[in-house]
Amino acid sequence: MSKIKKVGVCGAAGTMGAGIAIVAARAGFETVAYDLSADALEKAATQTAGFFDKSVARGKMSEVDRDAVLGRLTSTTDLEDLGDCDLVIEAVFEDLATKQGLLKQLDGICGERTIFASNTSTLSITEIASGCERQDRVVGLHFCLPAQLMKLIEVSPGINTSKETFHTAWVWTEATGQIPVETQDKPGFILNALLVPFNNDAIRAVEAGVAEPGDIDKAIKSGLGYKMGPLELIDLIGLDTQIRLGEAFYPITLDPRAAAPALLRRMVAAGDLGRKSGRGFFDYGNKAMFGG
Amino acid sequence: MTYTIVSNGDSGSFPTGDAFLSDASQDAEVVIYLAGAPLHADDGKTAILVELGTECLGVHTGEGGGENAGEEGSNILGFNRYRNGSDAPSNLIELVRQPRSSQTAIDAAKVLFETAGFEVALCSDQTGRIIDRLVRPKYNAALRFLDEGLASAKDMDLTCRMGLGYPDGPIERVCRGGLGHHYDVTQALFETNGTPGYAPARRAVVAKQRKTR
Repeated sequence: MSKIKKVGVCGAAGTMGAGIAIVAARAGFETVAYDLSADALEKAATQTAGFFDKSVARGKMSEVDRDAVLGRLTSTTDLEDLGDCDLVIEAVFEDLATKQGLLKQLDGICGERTIFASNTSTLSITEIASGCERQDRVVGLHFCLPAQLMKLIEVSPGINTSKETFHTAWVWTEATGQIPVETQDKPGFILNALLVPFNNDAIRAVEAGVAEPGDIDKAIKSGLGYKMGPLELIDLIGLDTQIRLGEAFYPITLDPRAAAPALLRRMVAAGDLGRKSGRGFFDYGNKAMFGG
Repeated sequence: MTYTIVSNGDSGSFPTGDAFLSDASQDAEVVIYLAGAPLHADDGKTAILVELGTECLGVHTGEGGGENAGEEGSNILGFNRYRNGSDAPSNLIELVRQPRSSQTAIDAAKVLFETAGFEVALCSDQTGRIIDRLVRPKYNAALRFLDEGLASAKDMDLTCRMGLGYPDGPIERVCRGGLGHHYDVTQALFETNGTPGYAPARRAVVAKQRKTR
């Protein structure tokens, strides 16, 4: 049985944060979605409602359940509203100082038993925790994109994470219907240590003229049975996010495959950010949330 | 679209008994060379398709043993039906073109394979084509992580299946296809590209060495 009753999500207007909020609220937890911009939160709330509408239309959820889930999900731009949460999951900008600063702020707002979880893709949980006074109650909870659809969560203890905190976080992930996997606190854990360089390699293949993006994705989907090609996935993640992943990853690992390819930087400079801008390696007619 | 098959033995793309073999006919407009059968250029054919292994198409078509300064290309194309080592062949045909390949030949090859029920991805004549170029470095990394103790093989595979929706994980896949095969493919990539990601992982080197003892 989970000790967690109320969950806060920081960065909830972003793709990942919005998905995490859906996971928490859908599993029956009172959920507070926090972000800096009210407009962005409103847009995310609209997309979330659309996601659940699709779930109803597809027979995965009743209208009553949809309304109950949406009733458990509130939005705020005031960090103080997270004060009574039992678990706060941050999914903010992938930057160590930003995450450390947020946890330091939350330290002064939340109760002393509140657990802080980081959804970081590439940063060290131990280093993120060093920004606050409760390093024993900080843990890594890395959701997979799109969080509202993918089941796996990498649960990572930092050097100072207590066994109780790790256990509580683990039980909570199970209570949400997700599947936890324990990983060491190493760059990219398992998933991104494999995925980020792989995605960069796909971009480099485009850059090297190996094939057109559509042919690369077709080959990977047909030949390997992946549900999504790497370039379609990068469009979903966001090309700017892929750069940030590489920039977080490469200085630590010094793996040349992790470094952001030149083509990626040119495309971001041109405003091609992927699905969220309407164009990345592919063109998109709409910006509706994936799945449902 | 009719096709003639010239074979030199067992084909990795179309093993004995494959339905594609039985649909071939004599003296057709497209000629398909399988399993290293000696190539005979023929400008009168709509397309000539050469089954490739780890080598580039240029090995078969290059003038005087080499290529032609970026001007190479004719009605001769390369192809490979992707398979993971000893796994059964997939439904994907990687169709290999050169800079000046005939568009008529490319179109004909696509129609031929798609009519036979395959998916076709067009790529340039580079080592590893699309899939091996992309997945072999990932398998090398996973094998290295296993050696370094990042996670167990089971957890790495579970993470990729559950976290990314893959049908199988990197360790189970590369082992199933054969670590010796992985060595051969990634060694060819490493020789061409020279970057560390393609260097065969220790477990693949061990498998190869055991095979050749």
